[in-house]
Formats: sequence, structure tokens, C-alpha cells
Amino acid sequence: MAIFSKEEAKRILEKVISFSKADGIEANLNGSNGGNIRYARNTVSTSGEDSNVTLAVQSNYGKKSGTATINEFDDASLEKVVRRAEELAKLSPENPEFMESLPQQTYGESKTFSEATAKITPEYRAQAAANSINPASAKDVTAAGFLDDNHSFAAMMNSKGLFAYNQSTNVNFTATMRTNDGTGSGWVTRDFNDVSKLDTAEASRIAIDKAIMSKEAKAIEPGKYTVILEPAAASELLGNMFFNMGARQADEGRSFLSKKGGGTKLGEKLLDERVNIYTDPFNAEVPASPWTGDGQARQKMDIISGGVVKNMFYDRYWASQKNVAPVPFPGNIIMQGGSASLEDMIKDTKKGILVTRFWYIRSVDPQTLLYTGLTRDGTFYIENGKIKHPVKNFRFNESPVIMLNNLETLGKQVRVDGDLIPYMKIRDFTFTSLSDAV
Amino acid sequence: MKRRDFIQLAGLGAGAMMLPISPFPKNVDPARLLDQVMDVKQKKQLADVALNTAKSNGATYADIRIGRYLNQFIVTRENKVQNVVNTESFGCGIRVIADGTWGFASTHDVTTAGIDKATKKAVAIAKANAKVQKEPVKLVPVQGYGDQTYKTPIVKNAFEVPIGDKADLLLKANAKAMEKGASFINNILFLVNEQKYFASTEGSYIDQDVHRTWPFFTVTVVDKTSGQFKQRASFSAPVGMGYEYLDGNPKDKIQAPGDIILYNNSYDVVEDAGMAAEQAKQIIAAKSVEPGKYDLVLEPSHLWLTIHESVGHPLELDRVLGYEANFAGTSFATLDKWQSKKFNYGSKQVTLFADKIQPGSLGAVGYDDEGVKTKRWDLVKDGILVNYQAIRDQAHIIGEKESHGCCYADDWGSVQFQRMPNVSLAPGKEQLTPQQMISNVEKGVYIVKDGSYSIDQQRYNFQFGGVLFYEIKNGKIAGMLKDVAYQSNTQEFWNSCVQVCDERDYRLNGSFFDGKGQPSQSSAVSHGSSTARFNGVNVINTARTI
Repeated sequence: MAIFSKEEAKRILEKVISFSKADGIEANLNGSNGGNIRYARNTVSTSGEDSNVTLAVQSNYGKKSGTATINEFDDASLEKVVRRAEELAKLSPENPEFMESLPQQTYGESKTFSEATAKITPEYRAQAAANSINPASAKDVTAAGFLDDNHSFAAMMNSKGLFAYNQSTNVNFTATMRTNDGTGSGWVTRDFNDVSKLDTAEASRIAIDKAIMSKEAKAIEPGKYTVILEPAAASELLGNMFFNMGARQADEGRSFLSKKGGGTKLGEKLLDERVNIYTDPFNAEVPASPWTGDGQARQKMDIISGGVVKNMFYDRYWASQKNVAPVPFPGNIIMQGGSASLEDMIKDTKKGILVTRFWYIRSVDPQTLLYTGLTRDGTFYIENGKIKHPVKNFRFNESPVIMLNNLETLGKQVRVDGDLIPYMKIRDFTFTSLSDAV
Repeated sequence: MKRRDFIQLAGLGAGAMMLPISPFPKNVDPARLLDQVMDVKQKKQLADVALNTAKSNGATYADIRIGRYLNQFIVTRENKVQNVVNTESFGCGIRVIADGTWGFASTHDVTTAGIDKATKKAVAIAKANAKVQKEPVKLVPVQGYGDQTYKTPIVKNAFEVPIGDKADLLLKANAKAMEKGASFINNILFLVNEQKYFASTEGSYIDQDVHRTWPFFTVTVVDKTSGQFKQRASFSAPVGMGYEYLDGNPKDKIQAPGDIILYNNSYDVVEDAGMAAEQAKQIIAAKSVEPGKYDLVLEPSHLWLTIHESVGHPLELDRVLGYEANFAGTSFATLDKWQSKKFNYGSKQVTLFADKIQPGSLGAVGYDDEGVKTKRWDLVKDGILVNYQAIRDQAHIIGEKESHGCCYADDWGSVQFQRMPNVSLAPGKEQLTPQQMISNVEKGVYIVKDGSYSIDQQRYNFQFGGVLFYEIKNGKIAGMLKDVAYQSNTQEFWNSCVQVCDERDYRLNGSFFDGKGQPSQSSAVSHGSSTARFNGVNVINTARTI
């Protein structure tokens, strides 16, 4: 087994620290057991399990540091890896950005582990796939999907007395359903820490219905449209925005948060005032590890409040240069939603496009956060409060900053990829060309 | 290694955060990378444990890959070495067929006991999945090659070059960029060594030592008055070569239109960093493009990515058949189009070939990851779709008697599957230089180096950016443009190809991070071409205000 208990991990790490002769030492011990099943053409294609555990030791003399790893845990091996890290540290160039280890921090209680997920078997995975494939083949639809589960632990200790430990589990499921005539396609995604919340049959039915509904899509002219984005569609565009909220890049003038003439947009209104985004590692729906890989404690924290930029992310080095507290990169993102259901949002739309998901999103211009990508697996035309017909897929060129200024309505939240994202209705979303892809 | 992890680590892209610790699982010291952890004789003995255990537990086929995967990064910015990372991953993956179904398991415990246990698990997984299997696996035959070895023909093993020397070279390039007016430079050297031992029940025992090198930088210039920032990426290519790629041999320099310098099999990072700073400043001052139809003259450092996305991916047989439907997608290039023998993928000027053998390419190996000897074959011949990319369990579907030899796994812990070989545009047969090509274009854009890229899940509609764009007016370069991207449809685009320069202009470029599969795997692949001309392509303007 690649999962060490808190006591086992602590014992190994204490031993590692005791061998140190350097100015400082920090050790990270990580292990995981994972399994997956993949299917396509209504049959299982690949399936497997993997397991690994590693110890990484970083030693430092002043600002010179070296790292070495090992995956054996007897005393001789532990001492060997410490000596090796120390030798490497002596050979390394001085890193002016090296930060000394943190002392003990206070962490909140983790909610990332679920017993049920840790106990998943190959038989469970095969049945989960069958529950997705069987209803598809009964309806002249071809299923392709993937279920991936993981049980992992992470532990760290340093010579300043910090010790941190966490166990977590995750299960991710996606399915793409295509009608056998090749003219319709639907998709669904689910992810949980606790596998007992996952029902692959229920999820697959949504994708099957979308595949059948999206048959024989009509082409409509590209241009600016009101769109209803399902949470899975908005999630990646928003993720790209958060990924670019580093303080250092903004201070250096090379970020969408940089201002002409210097300075940043921290504290300024950037988005519609109804946009409220925060992180909370202790949210029961989307729990994240209470600590970061370098031992910083994660807390609940506002990122955007009332459309105003409340926090950019500062690594420890940049925070020390700017005399501010470090702001670690969040472990999850929660965007506040509203009470409207998808049905309500469609009913309130005179003319618009419902988007299931986007695909192949890539940056076009980092200055304006302009991204391009395409709709996929269920794109529908809405007229007078009803879904009128499926439409051919579009390519878009749009910035999440412009998009979140053109907000019309926020709907209910859904967990997507470890985050909570609401349904959103956006006006003037820019589609630039049509695609023949189904 | 996944592309996103790499981007995070390297601090590439304007907004990427520098993570305080490496996201990679294993860091080791550089001296250890030169250790030999296990000799071939030991590997063969352990491989036989897997093959025998699999057979005695009811498998009809088994293979094992004992792999040691080494990466080294030197990460710098301006006058700082930010990080030196050495990663090592050692373990083995066992793949079996039992009850007509694939099963796979892997372990870092490369001992008789560890391999025995993992093999039994692989067989058990195959048997569990056989209950829902509807298409029993059929393999085309392959020769048992006995004991074989292959090594990338490198001149200098980059892992043997002292870290200090490598860091000094990058810092020298950074100093040059800053001297020429860069605001920032992020400069990284990325080295890969895959030591792979493969054995199968077909009777092959193959030991391979594969090397790859990629120097890569991004220069940023911030213009405080206008608030604009622009980036210029390095004109290097990721290569299947050793440290000799960084020699900066003058005979490998190319004087290209627009008065720019490009590189072939040897790269001068210091010179390129200096030019990058100057060109980034020019981009800020460049004219924003007028959208419309243009004739595009696409340089090999740019065209490789268009080939990759619009030819390499749609002709992967597993995509065509639907195995990638849930992730990468399917393909417009369906079997009926191939069977018709008259599907015009491109114009008569277009011949696209696949290979795993071109010297210096990222795809070059002696044997693929299921023990098939590598080769070259045509995909599109004189414009007509003639073949796909297929491995042992797919080749029978297209009537091939043998696999194309393009099976790959990115790690010992990942299961091997069909991956893109090098896919390249054959050079034109008539003598033609890029300068001569441009002299005949009335209204066009000359595009250098890959930029933004996106394509749909069946590979019809795409959009590509670039790094440098030059307006062509009446046969002459008429200054630099910015905010350029082109949108087209694969078949329309390749049928608009009217000229390809000759073999003197043929060069490789490529990617370390072609993603495919679930769990997602990365593979490194090269694409060669000469400069080519495409008429009447739709160009859009990407400037926005936020």
C-alpha cells in the first residue's frame, strides 16, 4: 500500500530531519493508489491501477539548496537521501529567491477524505462503465467515457518544527454519447471526493438525451449572442483567469491586472458587481487540502467581491519583496450563484444559445485575456423561452473579463472539477466562425 | 510530464505563477542521473517473471516495460537561476491480454515479488473487464526480434554537461536580451532521457536509450507609456539530439525574409535572445492587421503546429474509430473517405508522410513501445488520403498486415497506446526559395513561429496565431503586423496550398507536450516542412480592450 498513516509518516519524517547537518531541511512524503477504467464504442478499452510513494528532501546552506528523492524507507536509505541532498546543495548556485522553511502553522480540519472512494474495486469500475454503456446501446447511441479514482496522502516536515499531513480521495467521471448516425453528441462530467455521490447511470442519461436532442443541428450565422453557459462551459475560462492572477506578473506590468503607467488593478472594480468569487478549503461540497505544498495554511478568502479585485496571489518570495502577507494559490474556487434553475434561465431568454461545454480553449492575447475555443457536445438555439433546435458548433474569441462584465443572470451552482460554478447568462458573447464538427 | 505542470514550473506565459515547490513527484541530484540502476541482464530476468506469470495465470499475450525516465530543468529569469530540477521515475508497467481483453498494472517495486504481484493484478483487471468487452482484441503479427538495442545518435550527453555550464549559457543569453531592451526573460533548458526496456511474449527484448533537448525562452517587453506588453518566444525547436544542439554552429543559421535569423540543427540561444528583445519592441510599434483574405506564406517554425493539429491528429486511427471520443474527439477523415481512394485532403502539391525515423526528430526510436520496428509511410499522397496511423490492435481494421510502429507510453506507470509519429509535409519538387515565393504574392502575410492554436474535436475548424507577422505587398515585405490570427477549415486550407519550397528549406520543429488519452499522457513529436503558400485564407484581428 502506498498510503502511510499520520503516525507512520511522522516517524519517517522525524528520522529524516534527525539526519540533517545542513542549515535547514524540508522533507515531503507523498503516496497514492489510483485506478481507472476507460470505454469507447460501447465497450471497455483500457483499465488499470497504479500506486507510488516518494520522499523528497530539500537541504539548504544559506540560499543554496539541493533536492533528492528516494522510495525506500529503511534508516540507511533515509540517511543516504539526506546526504545526497546536502551534497547537491553545496554544488548549486545561490538562489536569491530562496525562502527559508516556515515554522509550525495552524491548519483547519481537512474534509478531503472519503472511505468509500478509497475502497473502490476493479469490479466497481467495470459496473460503473456498464451502467453508462447499457442505456446508450439501448438507444442507438455509442458511449465513450472515463472513470478515474485516487486515494492519496501528503505529509511534510522541516527543521523549524513544521509538520503537516493530509489524506484525500477523488473520483472523476466523464462520458460522451454519440448517436450512431454521427449527427448528435452529448457530454456530462461529475467529480466528487466521495464516490457514493456518483451515479454513472443518472449522469449518462443526461449525455444520451443531449446526443439525441442535438441531432441534425442547423447552421446559424456567427456573431454576438446571448449565451447560457452551463457550469462546465464557464469553468475552464474562469480557471484561466484565476491562473493569471499572480501578483508578481501584475506588478511587473505583464498581466491583465497591470495598469497603464504602472500599478495594478487590486482593489478596483473589474467585473459586474454581482460577481463574487472566493476560496474555502473547508467547504463540504468542494473541500481542498488545508495546506499548500510548502506548508502554508489555506484559509477562506475573497478573490473578487462585488466585481472588485480583492486578492492577487503572492508567493512567499514576492510577498517578502512587497512587504505583504503571502497569498497562496487557492485549492478551490467558489463563485456565488443565484436561485434560478437552468429551466428558469431558458424561460427568461428571448433569443440565445445554450452551451454545454467549450473545447480546446487557448490564449490568444494575455494582455486582454482573450481566449479562443469551440462549443461542443450539445449547443442549442433558444427562442422565446424555449429550446428551438440544435445548432452547429461555433468558434468563440472572448475574454472572461469582458464576459463577466456582460453578465445577465446567475443561476444555481454545480461542482465542476473541484470548484463550485453557477449557470450564467451572458450577453454579447462573441462567436467568430462555424464548425462542422459534431 | 504534463504540459500544464511544465508551464507552471517554468513560469512561462505572462501570468503563470512560480510555484514555491516543484509539482513533480521526484527530484534527484544530477550525479544520480548518470547511475545505471539496473543492468540489461537483470532487466531480462525480471521481464521473464512478468511474461511467465502472465501466461501461467491465463494471459494469451503479455508485455513489460521497465522504464527509467529522467528530466532535468534549469529555470532562469534575467540574472537569476530560479530552480534546478532533476527528476527520476523508475518502475515497470505490465500489459496483458486475458479473455480477449486488455489489462494493465504498474509498480515502482521492480523486484520479482513486485512484478509477480502487478502481473497478477493486470490479469485480474483484464478478466474483470472481459465481462463488458464486446470486441475481443486482435493483434497483427510482429516478429520476435530477440535482444536488441537502440540509442539516439547524440554527440554530447546533456546530462553529463555540468549544471554550472548550462546555467551560465542561459544567463549569458538573458544578459544579451536585457542589453537589447527586454523587460523580462524567462529562459529554461529542458532535458529528457528515457531508458526503456521492453519485452513481450512475442520473443523481443529491446533496450533503448532516448534523448531529447529543448532550450526555450520568452522575452517580454513592457511599454509603460502605452501599457502594452508583448512577448517573443525563442526560435529554437525541441529536438531528438544531445547538447550539441546548443553549439550555435553558423552553418545552421538561416537568413529568412523580413531580415530575421532562423536556425536548423544547431541553435545560438545568445544571439536569438538579443534578436527577440529587438523584435518584441518592434511588435509593440507594429501595425494592427486589417482583417480579410490574405495569401499566407507559412514558415516551417510555424507550419509544424498546423500540420500537427490538422493532419497529425485527424489521421490517428483510434480517433477515427471513436476510441478518443470522450476526450480528444473523433475525426472528419472517416474510413469511407479513405476507402474511396479519391478524397482530396489537399491540393496536388500536398504529400504528408509519417515516420519514427527522421534523424534529430522527437519521434525517432528503433522500436515502438510494443516492440515494433519503426519506419516511414505516406498519409496523404499528391493530395489524396491514403493511410492512417495504426498500432498492433488496430492495423487489421485498415487491412494492414503489420503495425505502423507508433505505440507509446509516457511513463512506466502509463499504458501504451497509439500516438502520433512525426508527420511532415514533403518538400516541393521544383526549386523554390521562400524569397522567390514571397516575390509572387500580391497581398499576403508571412508568419514565423507558432503562437496561439485551437481546433475542433473532429479537426475541421481551426484558428492559429504566430509570433512574427510581416505584411507582403506586391511581392515585398512591407513591415511588421500584430493582432493576427487565421481561421480556416482543414480540407479547404490544404486545398489552398499552391506552392511548397524545395528541400533546402526543409526543417523540423515540434512539441514535447502532445496530449492524448485518459489518464492524459504527453508525447514528443516533430513535424517537418519547407515554407509553403496558402491562398485566400481568412485573417481576423485579435485586438480587444478590457
